[in-house]
Amino acid sequence: MSKAASQQSPRDPALGVAALLPPNPDPLLNQTITPELIRKHGLLPDEFELICKSLGRQPTLTETGIFSVMWSEHCSYKNSRSLLKGFPTEKKGETKDYGRVLVKAGEENAGIIDVGDGWAVAFKIESHNHPSAIEPFEGAATGVGGIIRDIFTMGARPVLLTNSLRFGELSSPATKRLLRGVVAGIAHYGNCVGVPTVGGDVYFDASYEGNPLVNALCLGVLRHDQIRLGKATGVGNPVFYVGAATGRDGLGGAAFASRELSEASAADRPAVQKGDPFMEKLLIEACLEMMAVPGLVVGIQDMGAAGLTCSTCETASRGGAGIEIELDQVPQRETGMNSYEIMLSESQERMLVIVKKGREKEIEAIFEKWDLHASNVGTVTDTGRMVVKQHGITVADIPANVLTDQAPLYKREAKEGEWAINARKWTPAALPDLDAKGVEAALSALIASPTISSKRWIYRQYDNMVQHGTAVGPGSDAAVVRLRLGDAEKFIAISNDCNGRYCALNPKRGALIAMVECLRNLACSGAKALAMTDNLNFGNPYKPENFYQLSECIQGLAEACRFFDVPVVGGNVSLYNESPAGSIDPTPTVSIVGLIEDEKHITRQTVSTSGSRLILLGGAPHELGGSQYLGLCHGIKAGDAPEVDLNAESLLQTFLLTQIKAGRVIAAHDISEGGLMVTVTEMLFTPEVGAPNALTLGAALDLSSLSASRLDALLFGESQARAVIAVSSVVEKELLSLAASVGLPATTIGEVNASGVLSLAKGSIKTQWNVAALRTGWETTIENAMRRPGLN
Amino acid sequence: MKVAVLQFPGSNCDQDAFHLFASGLKVNTKYVWHKETSLGDADLVVVPGGFSYGDYLRCGAIARFSPVMKAVQAFSQQGGVVYGICNGFQILCEAGLLPGALIRNSSLEYRCITCALKVETSNASFNPNFLGASVKLPIGHGEGNFRIDEAGLARLEANKQVLLRYENNPNGSLSDIAGIRSEAGNVFGMMPHPDRAFERFHPSMDGLKVATAVLATKFPELLKHTA
Repeated sequence: MSKAASQQSPRDPALGVAALLPPNPDPLLNQTITPELIRKHGLLPDEFELICKSLGRQPTLTETGIFSVMWSEHCSYKNSRSLLKGFPTEKKGETKDYGRVLVKAGEENAGIIDVGDGWAVAFKIESHNHPSAIEPFEGAATGVGGIIRDIFTMGARPVLLTNSLRFGELSSPATKRLLRGVVAGIAHYGNCVGVPTVGGDVYFDASYEGNPLVNALCLGVLRHDQIRLGKATGVGNPVFYVGAATGRDGLGGAAFASRELSEASAADRPAVQKGDPFMEKLLIEACLEMMAVPGLVVGIQDMGAAGLTCSTCETASRGGAGIEIELDQVPQRETGMNSYEIMLSESQERMLVIVKKGREKEIEAIFEKWDLHASNVGTVTDTGRMVVKQHGITVADIPANVLTDQAPLYKREAKEGEWAINARKWTPAALPDLDAKGVEAALSALIASPTISSKRWIYRQYDNMVQHGTAVGPGSDAAVVRLRLGDAEKFIAISNDCNGRYCALNPKRGALIAMVECLRNLACSGAKALAMTDNLNFGNPYKPENFYQLSECIQGLAEACRFFDVPVVGGNVSLYNESPAGSIDPTPTVSIVGLIEDEKHITRQTVSTSGSRLILLGGAPHELGGSQYLGLCHGIKAGDAPEVDLNAESLLQTFLLTQIKAGRVIAAHDISEGGLMVTVTEMLFTPEVGAPNALTLGAALDLSSLSASRLDALLFGESQARAVIAVSSVVEKELLSLAASVGLPATTIGEVNASGVLSLAKGSIKTQWNVAALRTGWETTIENAMRRPGLN
Repeated sequence: MKVAVLQFPGSNCDQDAFHLFASGLKVNTKYVWHKETSLGDADLVVVPGGFSYGDYLRCGAIARFSPVMKAVQAFSQQGGVVYGICNGFQILCEAGLLPGALIRNSSLEYRCITCALKVETSNASFNPNFLGASVKLPIGHGEGNFRIDEAGLARLEANKQVLLRYENNPNGSLSDIAGIRSEAGNVFGMMPHPDRAFERFHPSMDGLKVATAVLATKFPELLKHTA
């Protein structure tokens, strides 16, 4: 084949031959670019024409590969970028002490927010859905590795990880295999690299069967003067390649991530990378040490999706410069790799560093200390072009900004799907309301359902305490982490959210709910929101109903961001989340970081002593649409998503924060999946530290004063803008009148006691539960499903 | 007293151990890089947790060959106090400074939880008088399952070398063993993390007391933290 290929004319003379490249050192790469090859690279005929026009000639095979990854959805956001422009990227209100956006969304590898006193946090979420579907362990592990690199490349020390996971029904053997592999992969990477996994969210729903979602977030901390950018500037500055050697793994991963999953996807397994968290740990330390040397680093960027290709053209493009590299200088894991393979490899744990000319020895010494490669592979030029050579022969020569900024932008057809239109029409009229027995059974079932139940089986496999900053770990509304800032300290909170069920029924409202719930979680933990990062997980954008969902969800997120003045500092778009059974429920995962001004304000969702009064804030829940109750107890995914009233949310959250700061709140937990009864029950599940709690808490609830047309909707409906707080009897009256004075509905619904029994009265309906039994169901659902015989 | 916290490639609880001593116990603490061949003027050597050399081959199996470990061997032979936490415990077992070995947890999974630990009465080199019967410390490991042959176990028990036992065994360790000392009484190792239990917001602050109990005989000035 190689002989035949080399004998073909490498160019089509009709397309203009002014700047023909010499034949590639590997004759295999001198093939004519056929329509078939273009299609295999995921490029459209129109896109190929555009490429030829920008180059003034046909691309070589290596160049075609470079365009295919840079113009893939994963790197170019070509189907979503026009929509993303609706996001606010700066804070409108006053930012005297903290909250200013220092590095904006889309400018760099991660956004950066001022947290005051000269310190800042960099954070971002990113998906690794497709690799995890094919090879869950390595897929999830490298997802963690990739997002950590995005953070320390900004100059920040990574201090926490969270993740947002979605799987099919837990009863399915395929889900168990994926869950086990994904959790083990995240644990393998995060634990070894020494960054604590402090929180996350997990849902199980049939729509994710065959296409799980694995979104990983990393947050790092740095001083303002430590911010480093991915810019290549200064003609003549050397370009260094540092970290692991390049192998043939992960070839074309970005292009792979931009296709639908099919039965044939298993054959794509070579597109999944293999991670080495030990290498990453060394790379973090070496890079932070290098960046701490004044003036040594001009620019730095990780090699993530599209590896060497993306890092060279992006740094060049951002710096308004060019870069020329020689592939012979790239450390290689195997011999005989050609330029196509080296440029498209997604081998992990590699970085590109632009160093101040004349100071090469300094960077070499640092990497020598850490036993890592640091290889001078090229130079910054003034040509604006990305020039790649192998054995001295040019194998690619492309204007850098064509790759990064001139991918075509598409606005696809958007049309709401029939399913959602019909599903929203559902009303509970035909559904019989619950009696006492039904109430009892429903809570027992909901609390033990996989989505609501404790995720202990998952998070105890993650090191959630390393770096000794974890103040509130996994299992609460929000995780709280102490940041060491020189001799000072600050506490930040972080929460993830997205209910795909709501988004499927009403995409815009579902997205609004993802935002307001996330904000509510932060308020419950005592934090003021700083900024948001989002991971937009959707199906194939060429299907009008999917593009409609994408467009609506982005509008919903943007509206909430503007209303609450929470800027978007970055994120990720993952399309083509489909399996042969169809598209996933739209899942615009939201992660918001907040600041807790005083350690005393840290508030948990659980109570630990008896006697406190439980107060419902926001009024009686009254909606059933899209609820877990409907799904679990009736097998119904229908109705409209709960209503969203941004003013009501704001009122509730402001009140929560004010009362927490005033020291009147013992515990706070928002109402979300499973409704009011699940919220109250979870508040009684005080974490067991080392040994069983001395006290089994109970609560006596009387909801008779709440008006409700349906009991099921009151107890298990998921109306928004509601939370339950525990307060001491001493402040109860004062708090109720304070709520009344701002117009926030507030009702005492019961008292925490030490009976071990949760009792409920609502008019003539009376029922009760054993709290220990509820807790066993809640704690063991996932453990029992995942238990392996003979192991404990 | 002066504390040296060793740093191997892949150590990731080095900062935790550093702050347990520097911020928690307020003693003079510094890092010592694994390529060093001298411990300087250290009175106490702490081998911190993490994944030295990625835990490749076997936990601690590569780190024991780091240049600094020769100095640690010599230091301990002269009676110097060496304290290994988590991966540090594994390294000390691999180096032969402590008996036994740590293998994969019986669950075959990593465990990060807080454990209740029964405090054993060891000899004067481990002063548990101010600990009470039980302490709470976090664990975070995949290979904390302590193993030793029958004769070795009998020797550990006869010499009262066991410091702490799990009240609810999380990893399958023989005789619930969570921490031990050497026969001579100057080398200590434990899987639980005192370096994750010393701040107000930690699951407990027992880490300060446990670290003090380990070191109080040689460094009585630490006893001020047991009040």
